[in-house]
Amino acid sequence: MSERAPLLGVRDLAVSFTTEEGPVRAVDGVDLELRAGEVLAVVGESGSGKSVTAMTLMGLTRGPNAAISGAATFEGTELLAAGDAELRAIRGNRMAMIFQDPMSSLDPVYRVADQIVEQIRAHRDLGKEEARERAIELLDAVGIPDAAKRADSYPHEFSGGMRQRAMIAMALSLEPSLLIADEPTTALDVTVQAQIIELLRDLNRERDLSILLITHDIGVVAEIADRVAVMYAGRIVEYGTLDEIFYEPQHPYTWGLLGSLTRIDRPRPRRLPQIPGMPPSLLAPPQGCHFRPRCAHAFDRCLEVPGLAPRLADAPGHLDRCWLEPERKRELREADSSSALEQPR
Amino acid sequence: MSSGMARFAVRRLGQMVLVLFAVSVLVFLIFNVVPGGDPAVRMAGKIPTETQVEAIREEWGFDEPLYVQYATMMKNLFTGGTVSYFTGQDVTEEIWRGLPRTLSLAVGAALIWMAFAIGLGLFSALHAGRFSDRIVTVLALVGISMPVFWLGALMSYYLGNKAGIFPEGGYVEFSENPADWFWHLVMPWTALSVLFIGLYSRVLRSDIIETMGEDYVRTARAKGLSERRVLVKHVLRNSLIPIVTLWGLDFGAVIGGAAILTETVFGLQGVGEYAAEAIGQFDLPPIMAVTMFGAFFIVVFNTLVDIAYAALDPRIRLEGEVAR
Repeated sequence: MSERAPLLGVRDLAVSFTTEEGPVRAVDGVDLELRAGEVLAVVGESGSGKSVTAMTLMGLTRGPNAAISGAATFEGTELLAAGDAELRAIRGNRMAMIFQDPMSSLDPVYRVADQIVEQIRAHRDLGKEEARERAIELLDAVGIPDAAKRADSYPHEFSGGMRQRAMIAMALSLEPSLLIADEPTTALDVTVQAQIIELLRDLNRERDLSILLITHDIGVVAEIADRVAVMYAGRIVEYGTLDEIFYEPQHPYTWGLLGSLTRIDRPRPRRLPQIPGMPPSLLAPPQGCHFRPRCAHAFDRCLEVPGLAPRLADAPGHLDRCWLEPERKRELREADSSSALEQPR
Repeated sequence: MSSGMARFAVRRLGQMVLVLFAVSVLVFLIFNVVPGGDPAVRMAGKIPTETQVEAIREEWGFDEPLYVQYATMMKNLFTGGTVSYFTGQDVTEEIWRGLPRTLSLAVGAALIWMAFAIGLGLFSALHAGRFSDRIVTVLALVGISMPVFWLGALMSYYLGNKAGIFPEGGYVEFSENPADWFWHLVMPWTALSVLFIGLYSRVLRSDIIETMGEDYVRTARAKGLSERRVLVKHVLRNSLIPIVTLWGLDFGAVIGGAAILTETVFGLQGVGEYAAEAIGQFDLPPIMAVTMFGAFFIVVFNTLVDIAYAALDPRIRLEGEVAR
């Protein structure tokens, strides 16, 4: 794979929120790198901090109750230090975002086209008519049938899939180099999910659009991602290419996550395996490795936080946070996956 | 769409006739069953003789069956021949005389309370939980709890009588002298607005806070809009929907009688004060007329509110309107 310059680099990002019960450390030292033209998937269960990470990059978590530290560089701009006006000029323009729930993400009182026009005119000195034509083109490009007519519909007159398409059209309206997609398919029907993922993949390939995809759905990741970051309780526990993560998972959490996936190319387990226990509360996270309390292979050293580092000699780009030796990991992983398999029926 | 609109209008008109009929029958009956309600006895003077009372009964038609009396009363009400039992004044004329006064009070007060409520509601929503928000909250609660007649009397005494800043009461026609008209109305407007400012700013504060948590507001920020535009075009635009409907209803109610106390305290001699006098004298014709007048405005504004609601929120359709 040809190495391309990083479009987005995140270093040691930490976000904590003040709550009545105390500070919640939602993101606890995240490092990410997204190269231009790639799709980077951040995978994790709810509460792992993946959405907070994405929203922080957009400046949407700023507020009196949030403490944000670290660095995030996008096209040469330091996002976390950027002033409100500087950030406003970037978001929606160079960097756009689509959200989990397309039902509630569009303003119910404005027509769909007008909402796109509003975004275009916030960043470009364009007349209303021109902006409207552009909006219709975009709606057409994302697959809204009869776009010129449907452009004047209100959001409630669109189906969920169409609304997400409209959100994507809006996000693309200023040809951003980065699209952040926060659980873009979670609220949709399975067939519509597949269509939206296909649309995102086409945009990535045809327009060279870089995508930061936030999801809990390993299946979606497999379809579209170039690289994967696995997130658990506020930290990235493993980072690598799609193949590295799927075929050589290094962190017990990652292989637990992959083990809970039904696969048609393997013998069928009687019961879908699951990771025992619950994710920890981020009000009082466990000492050392956050996965330690749920990990069957934890040992003394896990009380120390393992760094995110390459641990395989032949894969310098494959990073993980686990103290186990690579050889030991392989043995344990194979033991885990065969113990999960009962006799096929 | 237009046929749906027509159906809506016809249905509302029918409802209005029904409401007015029911209100008039109720008022008429109440008046006739209340002890001491017999107008002939009171019209006849302090120590009436039986023959005097009988003569009055016959002259005014009080000896007719109730439904005949009711029909006559309603007929007169709509043809303009209704006169007061005690003053002999034409009721319709009195209402027409009071209407501009009542309208001046209601329109001015409604504009004032809405403007202040939006300002205060926005301010406290943006400072939610801070000291300044608590101050506004306390002031709003004081405003809500303060009786209009008490506040009005205090203002009239201290600002009017003692300090002499404003006229104590009375009304000047707008056409006569706009500045004087305005100056005479400042205190009544304020007294009437205080309660509504308190109420509306509380409602708006919670609406705004709720709306700011909506996903589409996050989208608006993600689009790179200025904070001001996010607030006005997306937050306020959506938060105002419930308050505008409340506004229409309250405005109708203020014209239809809720301004009685304010008008009386400041001697504006509007429709409300006329109603208060009529009730004090147990004078049926003006009571009937004023009640119908009030019910009419309340029903009309209910309808206007429904239309405004559908215009403000595209998800709402008027009853009878067909889906596009």
